[in-house]
Amino acid sequence: MEASEKKIDDGYEFVMPHLVIKELIAVIIASAGLLAWSLLANAPLLSIADPNKTENPAKAPWYFVGLQELLVYFDPWIAGVTIPTIIIVGLMLLPYLDVRKTGAGQYSFRPRMPEVIFFVFGFAMWIILILVGQFLRGPNWQFYWPWEDWSVAKSAEETLANMSSWMGIGFLILYFGVGFALPALLCKGLFRKMGSARYLTAIALVLLMYGVVVKIVLRLVFNIRYILTTPWFNI
Amino acid sequence: MSRNLKKVTESQLWRSIFRHKFSDTPRNRVLTVVSNFFLHLHPPKVHTRGLKIRHTFCLGGLTFYMFIVETITGVLLMFYYRPTIEYAYLDMRLLEHVVKFGPIMRNLHRWAAHAMVILVMMHMLRVFLTGSYKPPREFNWVIGVTLLVLTLLLSFTGYLLPWDQLSFWAITVGTRMGGATPFIGAEGPFHTALGIRPDNDVRYLLLGDTVVGENALLRFYVLHCILLPLAATVFLLVHFWRVRKDGGISHPL
Ligand code: HEM
Repeated sequence: MEASEKKIDDGYEFVMPHLVIKELIAVIIASAGLLAWSLLANAPLLSIADPNKTENPAKAPWYFVGLQELLVYFDPWIAGVTIPTIIIVGLMLLPYLDVRKTGAGQYSFRPRMPEVIFFVFGFAMWIILILVGQFLRGPNWQFYWPWEDWSVAKSAEETLANMSSWMGIGFLILYFGVGFALPALLCKGLFRKMGSARYLTAIALVLLMYGVVVKIVLRLVFNIRYILTTPWFNI
Repeated sequence: MSRNLKKVTESQLWRSIFRHKFSDTPRNRVLTVVSNFFLHLHPPKVHTRGLKIRHTFCLGGLTFYMFIVETITGVLLMFYYRPTIEYAYLDMRLLEHVVKFGPIMRNLHRWAAHAMVILVMMHMLRVFLTGSYKPPREFNWVIGVTLLVLTLLLSFTGYLLPWDQLSFWAITVGTRMGGATPFIGAEGPFHTALGIRPDNDVRYLLLGDTVVGENALLRFYVLHCILLPLAATVFLLVHFWRVRKDGGISHPL
């Protein structure tokens, strides 16, 4: 008897041929696309490396340009080291912080609204920073629209101020204090359901993520360079 | 079945390779998968939900396919490339102008690398949106994040190898950030606490020098062609194995 005639409906299908044929089609489409791309566009190759001739702008590979873009707003130890470390650790912790069972194994939005919003927000931020860094930054990392001419120099002048110590400390205490308290107050039972360790870690990660946006806004709108200055490091 | 086909499928050679009968029966469909080394990454049967294109968009599978393309084209490129300052750039030029199919080989390797990074990002987004990291799949998500990091590192180390202005300065700015690591980077906060200088910090460890030079080129080459692909292969195998051990492609309970 032919296998295809005998239908047992247990919610499962044979891998051969139902899955294998789809994989084959996907591979054929991907190969065609890749081959077309490789025939139409050449991988870049500039002149030989010269340590004495600085490229301006010198851009990191595109997937790291988002971090390079953050250098405008943060010191290198934050933009280049601390933020990526927190992102990786945060991503790894994610399944242990999200304790809700709802929506496992299917697309859903309503029942997991906060989680989806946080994650998609972070993901979108990653992409937007890459796009800005890759396409809108010219010589000396100045902002250029695509139609603007890079040979027209932009003035690097910016008058930036730091927050005073008290204001900076107050700002941070307010941001994190309200940030940690608010979700527990607004959403009854959240703290108990998650447990203190999970709650604090999850909220800290979310606050740090939005903190990056807060810092960007402070810089762009209020011309603030550092929120907190200390003899050892600045934030 | 025609007589000739029967002759082939019942020959000793055929049966030594495939180990089961050719006719289309449920038993043989299962055997096709489980008695084939490559297909047995799959279970014999999958949940109908997991078969829907919309559920995975085949993103994980395509990321893996890009890894295979990278391995094949990468090995071919290794025949023509020497990782020294004298030859690296010259070899790239020769690849472009002298080697038969050189440009297409290089282009495939470069564009598939970009595609792999884009696909792995989208795969992660898909896994998140379908809630597929929830129990019992938490740990496979962690392995996935490791694979994401390995993918980025593979791409980054390969970026230096052409030894042109683009790659040199990209790696220079990229690794400069590493020098800003707190405590163990010569430009990071608190570096004096451990007596860290430019010639003994993490950046030096990565570059084998205080600047991007011949040691960095060799280190990146070895990382790119040996260590990172091996590490990625191990994590990939564990990743695939876990997909099955965790109950196959996720579906609502
Ligand atoms: C080199 C990178 C990677 C490769 C080649 C890869 C490959 C795959 C494949 C082939 C599957 C089967 C389902 C599918 O095709 O979507 C899968 C599932 C899965 N992947 Fe990945 N993956 C990679 C990176 C990641 C990353 C970055 C994450 C998350 C951060 C991740 C998390 C998962 C999880 C949790 C599953 C199970 C999903 C389910 O059951 O629906 N993987 N992966």
